[in-house]
Order: sequence, then structure tokens, then C-alpha cells
Amino acid sequence: MTLAAVITFLGIIVAVSPLSLVVMIGVPALIRRPVGDDATVRLVQIATILGLVAALGMLGIMLSTGLRHVPVEIGHWVTIPGYHLNLRFIFDRLSVPLVVLTFLLCGVISAFVSRYMHREPGANRFHVCYALFLAGMTFASAAATIETLFLGWELVGLSSAMLVAFYHQRTGPVRNGLRVWTIYRISDAALLMASVALHHLHGEGDLTIALGRNWPDGASVLTSSQSLWVGLLILLAAMGKSALIPFSGWLPRAMEGPTPSSAIFYGALSVHLGAYLLLRASPLLDQSPLLAALVTIIGLATAAYAALVARVQTDIKSALSFASLTQVGLIVAEIGIGFRYLALIHLLGHACLRTLQFLRAPALLGDRQSLENALGRRLAPAAELSAAQIARSLAWYRWAFERGFLDQSLDRFVVEPVLGVFRWCDRQERRWVKFLEGDGDVVGTAAERQPVAATPALEDLP
Amino acid sequence: MSELHFPWLEFSIALPILGALIVSRLNESFTARKWTAVISGITLISTIAAWEDLYLVHATEAADRWDLSSALLGRRLLTIDELSAPLLPMVALLFFLTCMATPRTKLRRFSFAWTLVAEAIALATLSCREPWPLITLLGLGILPPYRELRNRGRPSRVYVLHMLLFQSLLIIGWIGVEAEGSEQVHSLIALVPLLLAILIRSAVFPFHTWVLELAENNSFGTTLLFLTPLTCAYAAVRLVVPISPDWVLRAMGVMSLFTAVYTAGLALVQTDARRLFCYLFLSHSAIVLVGMEMATPIGLTGGLCVWLSTGLALTGFGLTLRALEARFGRLTLCQHLGYYEHTPTLAMCFLITGLASVGFPGTIGFVGTELLIDGAVGVYPSIGVMVVLASALNGIAVVRAYMLLFAGKPHESTISVRISTRERFAVLLLVFLLLGGGLLPGPGVQSRHHAAVEILGSRAALWPNAGQDFDGSVDSEPHAPAESSHEH
Repeated sequence: MTLAAVITFLGIIVAVSPLSLVVMIGVPALIRRPVGDDATVRLVQIATILGLVAALGMLGIMLSTGLRHVPVEIGHWVTIPGYHLNLRFIFDRLSVPLVVLTFLLCGVISAFVSRYMHREPGANRFHVCYALFLAGMTFASAAATIETLFLGWELVGLSSAMLVAFYHQRTGPVRNGLRVWTIYRISDAALLMASVALHHLHGEGDLTIALGRNWPDGASVLTSSQSLWVGLLILLAAMGKSALIPFSGWLPRAMEGPTPSSAIFYGALSVHLGAYLLLRASPLLDQSPLLAALVTIIGLATAAYAALVARVQTDIKSALSFASLTQVGLIVAEIGIGFRYLALIHLLGHACLRTLQFLRAPALLGDRQSLENALGRRLAPAAELSAAQIARSLAWYRWAFERGFLDQSLDRFVVEPVLGVFRWCDRQERRWVKFLEGDGDVVGTAAERQPVAATPALEDLP
Repeated sequence: MSELHFPWLEFSIALPILGALIVSRLNESFTARKWTAVISGITLISTIAAWEDLYLVHATEAADRWDLSSALLGRRLLTIDELSAPLLPMVALLFFLTCMATPRTKLRRFSFAWTLVAEAIALATLSCREPWPLITLLGLGILPPYRELRNRGRPSRVYVLHMLLFQSLLIIGWIGVEAEGSEQVHSLIALVPLLLAILIRSAVFPFHTWVLELAENNSFGTTLLFLTPLTCAYAAVRLVVPISPDWVLRAMGVMSLFTAVYTAGLALVQTDARRLFCYLFLSHSAIVLVGMEMATPIGLTGGLCVWLSTGLALTGFGLTLRALEARFGRLTLCQHLGYYEHTPTLAMCFLITGLASVGFPGTIGFVGTELLIDGAVGVYPSIGVMVVLASALNGIAVVRAYMLLFAGKPHESTISVRISTRERFAVLLLVFLLLGGGLLPGPGVQSRHHAAVEILGSRAALWPNAGQDFDGSVDSEPHAPAESSHEH
């Protein structure tokens, strides 16, 4: 077997193992013959280990042979004159570490979940979402074309939103899930536009051609102004996915999901996907200093915002989520400044640390007591502020406690005016239909016949 | 013209008519459903055979063997070509699944005999390329929903007004087109009535309110089967696209685009599930029209792909809503209803079909939407942005509806409201088609590309510069004459 054949085989394993997991767990669930808990855990472990071994094998080959750029083509999805859609993956210095990290952390989480969610209602639903997430992360990490990236991106978004709303019998998580989904849709729309723009400008969506080979030394074939416009769309997509300001409000809301999903998605992998996208698109930043400056400013602003807000959180998962966001902001700033390897290492280390912290979060008090027992004394309490200090920083405290009023501002200045316009249009449409029908004929909709329920539920809307 | 090996088209149309006669004599609604399912099932097989036969005879267009219309009228009325070949099985499938999945509580309201008549008319419409028979069939297609409205004693004025206007304008417009002859560029006097007719039938803003009235007052099944085959798009392709100059198509495209975004926004604020369905349909139907009016191979291919995906996805979405309505009554979207525990399969199918309709990756609509946006950006960048915006808003509306219907405190019921086997089969079949088409989109897209090239080929005869961009640069795609005689 030649080296090329081995590489292709490993690449296919990396891509196919999470996909086959989706099929093996998802299809039986769809036809109401769900796979049992133990079998599900075993399938998850097999798929994760297979993927991890293949990714490590790929890494080994690349290190031993000095290869820096290994494309693997799964197939031509669509080929018509003037348009090609390929399912291609690229294994390079950026994608391989992220793919390895994905399989590694997902494997850790699957081991954790096998006990944490054992026999819990909805465990099968969790695993379906988990499999979708794993497939999405793998596809997005190793994507060589922007369409493949978009496929993974959307799968990550859908599975994340569904997991935020996992405890769907309570309305709080469901509303938060919808909010997450709404922000993700904005992010998805931006990425889709970037994809189309790249197709339009370049004729195809191959990232390795448009953005150059051999990350991070590649050079974009786009001009400076083209880089700016495509880069702005990619930045918008990254802002939504990585909860950069002004979209930071969804991150603490996402903590309504089960702890393993918070750990893997919002603490470790999902929240870094935006930063990864910026790393992948870093040749565009080289082409456009304005874009690079914007990325740096947004990253620093997010870091400052999250650092302030994290200080006043009263529950551990929210505090961790903002701590996580602080680091993501710094990573983005590093990307903007041009420290690509530093950003990648920062990303990998931060994801591992945060996974550990999130997984230990439910046992925080127990850990503290164990530590005190080991030390043989009480840990020193946090320093208390004086009355004068409190008075001086009350406005900042309020601002941080309300999480910078970001969600409220988005609701007040974007969501409510837009929904208000559409509600007004809806009322006018009903009047127009009544006018055409004549008043006597009007029967009204089911909602109209139930005046109590007719008030639109604003909280159910983004 | 090439001939099929068997008169599949005539058989596909005659069988439902014959079936309607039989079913109308049955008093027992369970038996009527069984007969209708069998008849529409055979019709489905026949349409698939026609599609397959078209490939076997190695032609881009073919007519029935032993064509009756040819013998009686001296010209062939029914033909199958690249455009209609997959549309016929799709429409037959939609009728088959809708009839089969009709729940027990809806049996008395849903007329199976008239549904078979509607199927025959829809199949005949999609098999017809001759203008006057097509206009007649489009007129006949209006009747089954109208008959149901009258029978149920529900308001029908808005529907009747719009449909009368549509049919009148279509006739006037085509008289104008014929009076001016086929060799010259048509005047606005001929084109405007024709375009207005298509806009009305396609429910483009501000002519869309008839869809709301129809859905509000008719049975959901009949509404679904009248809307989702998108015969309006077929009328646009056959009657308007070949004879209209670019600027007219783009003007229509702008109106469709506005409708797509506007109705997607309205879908976000709906408090009634049927109205939500209507606005989602309106948005998608408008997006399909945007593709039809693009007049470039990529854009038109995208539009044709979205046509198929929208038909399948929205039918699946509608069937899940219909199944829920059959169990819980009319559905309001004002609070969380908590139906998940009772109907988890429906919940999953609702989500998958809804997301498939907005072109979620991995579903059949993804490539079509991507092509459509790509084609749109090639013509006019803001069009692409608006299609993406409409798609994003529709996606939010779908998930919002999913969460309102299925999440929340579990609904308490003293009786079993689980999904029946027939309903499960219907929605799951659609779901697997949507996912299967998403995993292997190549053949479908290529077939649609051939159809797009064929359509643009017929247009190129009258408009040799068709496909020019606003800045005057000619589309890089080779146009139809070079590609119309492709190999299968």
C-alpha cells in the first residue's frame, strides 16, 4: 500500500467515523427503534477511538515525512458546467491539531457521559446531538472547501441549540436554545454569503486555493478589497459562533444544557470554532490591515468585557463561561495581531483546561472541601471590598452584573423594532383579508378565536 | 419526437380519473382511503416508469406511444421532458402520501374522489407544453379547492377573486402574445397581463392573501396538494420565461425576492400554525420564482432544485402539522404545548422537513439553495443577500415553531395520540428522501441543469443575448444550443 493510499484511507476514516455514528444512532432513533444505552456508549467509543487513531496516524505520517499539506478528496458532490461542489478535507498544521483535539475531548466527554447520564430520560437524544456535533466539528476542522466547512458549521450550530434546549420540559432552556439558534443563523448566513462570495470571485470554494496552501504561510489570491469584504463576512460568522461582542449574551444562556455539553461545546470546542475560522482565513487578514485591526479590536473588547463580567457572576458555570470568553477574546486578538501559532497553542491549551474545569464544576464544593482537608485548614475567603470601594464601583458592578446590557440592547434596538414592523404588517394583512372578504364572512384564525392566547410571546422570539 | 415504450402519461392521468369515478361511489370513507391510496400508488409507479422510459429512449423529450390526443386532435398534448420528468413522480408521490396519511378524524372532511381529480389535473398540467391546453388545465386546477370551500360553506371570496383575475389575465395575455406572433419581441400590452397572472397564481406580494384564506378555510390536505406541487412555477417556465426580456424577468425577480423576505419575516411572528405554514410556503415559492427568473443556467438550476426540495420538504412539514392537528385541534403558537413526549417521531420529522425546506446542509435543498444564491450573486449581488436573509429567517421560524409545539410541560392526554403506521411511513419516507437527496445530490442537480439549459435554449431563440448581466457582461455559461442535445 502506497503512502498516498494510506493517507487517503486515514482521511476517510477521520471523516466517516463520526458520520457513521450519526447514522447508527440517528436512524434507529428516527424509526423509534433506539439503540440501547450500553450499545450507544460502545458505538460512541468505537467511533471516537477510530477517528482519534486515524487522526494521530495522519499526524505521525506528516511528522515523519515532513508533509505539511495533505488533501483528501471524498468525492464530487456536484459537478455541472461552471459549478463544482466537492467534499474535500485538508490535513495541515491547523486542522490536524484541531481534529485530534476534537476526538480527544469528545472521547473524554463520552466517558463522562456514560456515567453522568446513565439511564437519564433523553440520553439517546443527547447522543444523537453529540454524534451530530462530533461530525460537525470534524467536518469544520478539516474542511478544504468552504461548503464542507459550512456543512460542519451548521451541524455544530444545530446540535448546540438542541442541547441548550435539552431539558425541553422547562421553558427557560428552550428559550435560550432558540436564542442560541437565532444568533447562529445570523452567523450561518454570514458564512454562506462568504461561501458564495468566494465562489463568485474565485469560481470555486476551495480554501486551499483561495487562501493559499501550507498554513500559516499561504497567501490569498483575492485582492485587498475582496479580502476585506469576504473577511468581514467571515468575521461576522466568527463573532456569532465564538460569542464575541455584541453576540456574547448567548454563552451563559447556553449553560442551561447538561454539564457535559456545556463543557465540550461552549467551554472547549464550539466556542473556539470562530477563532479557528479566523485562523483558517488568516491570509485574508494579511491582505487587509483594516480587517486585521478590526479583528484585534473585537478580540480585545470581548476579552475586556468578559473579564469584567466574569468577576461578578454568582454561579460557577456562568463564571467559567465568561472566563472562557476572556481567553477566546485574547485568542482572536492574537490572530488579528498575527501570532498564528501562539493563537493555535493558546486555543488547544485553553480548550483542555476549560473542559476539565467544566467537568469538575458540579463537584466544586466537594473539591474545595477535599482541598481544605488535605491542607488541614480553611482556605482564605475572598477579600471583601470596603463601603467606599463599593460606592465607587457600583455603576461598574451593575454594568457587569447585567452582562453589559448586551442582550437588552440587542432586544431593544434590533429584535423588537424588527418584530414590531412584522407584527404591524401582520395586522394590516388581516385587515386587508377582512376587507376583501367582507366583515360578515370573517371567521378568523385559531389564534384570533382565542383572545387570551393571542398575545404574541415575545420571550419566545429572539 | 421520440416515443415512450408505453403510454405512461395517458395512463397516469386516466387512472386517477377512473379511480375518482369508483371512489365517488363508495360510501365508506375507510374503503375510499384504501382505494385512493392504491390508485395513487399505481399512478406514482406509472410516473416513475415514464421518467425511466425517457432515459431508456435516450431523448430529452418524448411523447406517449399510441398517443390518443394525437389521434383525436392531430397534435401531441402530453409530453415528458427534462423539466417535467422528475416533477411528475414528485407530484404523484405527494398525492399518494397525503391520501395515505389522512388521519381518521379527517376522513369525513377530505374528499378522496376530488383529490384524485386534482391529481389527474396536476399531472396533466405538468405534462403539457402547449399554451392553450396548459392555460385550460391551470384553470381546471382551481376548481377542486373551490368546490371544497363551497361544500364546507366557508368564505371563498378572496380565493375566487384572485383566481378569476389570474385566469382572465392569463387568457388576455396569451391572446396578446399570439396576436403579435412568435417571431417578434412582445409588447408590454401582451406581457404585463401574463406576468400579473403568474404573480397572482404564485402568490407574490401583494397578491398572496388568497393562500391564507385557502389554508384557513379548506382542509389542510387539499390546501397542501394545491400549493406544494408549485404548478405556478411550471406556468412561469412554460409561458413567461421563454418570451420575456431579461429586464421583465428581473423586475419579477425583485417582487418575488421582496415576497420571500417579507413573508419569512411574517412567519416569525405568527401565532397560528397554519398561517405559519402559509408564510413559509409563500417565502419558498417566491424563492423558487427568483430562480426561475434568473435566466442564467446556474440560477435556473438552483431554482429547479429548490422547486423539488421545497415540494418534498413542505409537504412533509405540512403532513406533520396535519397529523398534529388531527390529534390536538388547531395549533396556536402562543405558548409551549409540550407534544414531544406523545409524538417524538413527528417532532423529529417536523424539524428535519422544516430545516430541509430552508436548505440545511445534508438535506436535498442545500445544493439547490447554494446554486440559486450563487446564480443570484452572479446577476445582482443584493439578490443573493436577500435570499440568504429569507433562508435565515425561515430557519428561525421553523425552530421557533418546533420549540413552541414540542417543548414545554408535557401535554396531558387520557387517550393515546401516538402517530399511526401510515402517517409514520409517509413522513419517514419524505424524511429519507430529503436526507438521501442531500447525501447524493449529484444526479438530481445534473438532471435539473439539463432542464435549465433546455429552458434557456428555447429562450435563446428569441433572446440571443439572454443572460447578460447588468453591467453588460455575458454569462460565462454556454447556452442551450450547445448543450441541449446532451447524453444521459
